Amino acid sequence: MTTATLHRTERLLRSGPDGPADPGLAAHLALHGPLSVPVRDDREWSHAVWSEVARSGLTGRGGGGFPAAVKWDAVTRSGRRPVVVVNAMEGEPASAKDRVLLAWSPHLVLDGAEVAAALSGARKIVVCVADDRDPTARSVERAVSERARAGGGRPVSVVRPPSRYVAGEESALVAWLERGDARPALRIDKAVPLQVGRRPVLLHNAETLAQVALVARHGAAWFRELGTTDAPGSTLVTVSGAVRSPGVLEVELGTPVEDLVARVDPTHPIAGILLGGYGGAWLHPARASVPFASRPLTEVGATLGVGIVVVVPTSSCGIAETARIARYMAGESAGQCGPCVFGLPAIADDLELLAAGRGDVGLVARLDRRCGEVAGRGACRHPDGVVRLVRSALDVFGDDVRDHASGHPCAGHAEPTVLQFPSAVPAPIGAA
Amino acid sequence: MSRSTAVRIRLRVDPVACDAFGYCAELLPERVALDEWGYPVVDGRPVEPHLLELATRAAAECPRRALHLERVTDRAAA
Repeated sequence: MTTATLHRTERLLRSGPDGPADPGLAAHLALHGPLSVPVRDDREWSHAVWSEVARSGLTGRGGGGFPAAVKWDAVTRSGRRPVVVVNAMEGEPASAKDRVLLAWSPHLVLDGAEVAAALSGARKIVVCVADDRDPTARSVERAVSERARAGGGRPVSVVRPPSRYVAGEESALVAWLERGDARPALRIDKAVPLQVGRRPVLLHNAETLAQVALVARHGAAWFRELGTTDAPGSTLVTVSGAVRSPGVLEVELGTPVEDLVARVDPTHPIAGILLGGYGGAWLHPARASVPFASRPLTEVGATLGVGIVVVVPTSSCGIAETARIARYMAGESAGQCGPCVFGLPAIADDLELLAAGRGDVGLVARLDRRCGEVAGRGACRHPDGVVRLVRSALDVFGDDVRDHASGHPCAGHAEPTVLQFPSAVPAPIGAA
Repeated sequence: MSRSTAVRIRLRVDPVACDAFGYCAELLPERVALDEWGYPVVDGRPVEPHLLELATRAAAECPRRALHLERVTDRAAA
């Protein structure tokens, strides 16, 4: 039985990151086992696989956390053949999981896309890789041509939307596919599927599809052998910051955050742990025993997001780090909605003043009010993510906030950032 | 228990279309405030009947057609 030989938490990354990069289709099939996906509509097969995925409890790994099987339902109800869109944009600067997955195991993602296409009646698969991620695109293209030579699958195209934070948001991605404009759209009813041309879009994060490929092979019971009843399975996590071995890990959902952090060997005592992404939330190290899974994280005000964990040491300043993220996120606004266009820079201004200890008496109250004013007022959730992060910073770094607000910034505020940004790293705050 | 279906109206701003002209807040200060940058913050609760006419006018006079009256169907116990 193949499952018995699996390393307990290495399902998606079985061939790496210590193994060779993409071993090719034959090695992939030898490693994971064969997978037969019907080319024509096959209701019996579709129903069987749909049931396994529904029972597996697999949820989307792109940040939404929506049950995969329910998504298929909504799209297939429309009656038209959808197009399957693989979201490998990975616009979160601190995330590397989709890149690593597509470098080591592109066939697993493509298997999952085939399964989703066969289930939903789609005849076409589109893989979206940001325009500055050439190695990822090459890995996918190599795998696609290998499969084309082997024959039997649906046509797959690899497209290259712009590398912007919001371009991977699903309505923005669909808008780009539709008319080359990667900006989010206002969606009143999210149950109505997005469309390209007149086709509904079945959009999944790359990791979600890799998980689908495993459930289609091994079944729901196997999938649920890892994780918790509420949060079954494994997930990819990108860990960075003040740690000795940063990188992408595959962990069992429900693993305590502190265990996950311990695996990458922190270099210093920890001031705060950034979870979810740059629109995520800070976690106080005293609460790091919380299980890494959606519900428990939500209960402590954090979020699973796209599996990002950034360890910020006590030698750094959490407020300054938050200010850098807020400034970056303000720059990544699609520029469509007033509250985001004006609100995020204003929030970043406040945080920079606070970080440098140069704020006025009313600064913290103003920052708090601005957070309340901006939340929920954009077409997409970009501003909401920033607000969640900033509010969590005011809470987790509360003692620091009081010192900074009274004109006594910590020494860490002028330290270089431990965070990652796509282009130039913002200068240390208050260095002038 | 008998149920009746009441159709009510609430306001919604399309934040992409809105350009902060602010006419809505002038016409309907009861339900629309402006944030510090001049963009409307609408009260999302159903509009009371006596404000409906003003709400309709506010939506009609928005230069960007960014203010919408939206039907909310809620089942209330009669």
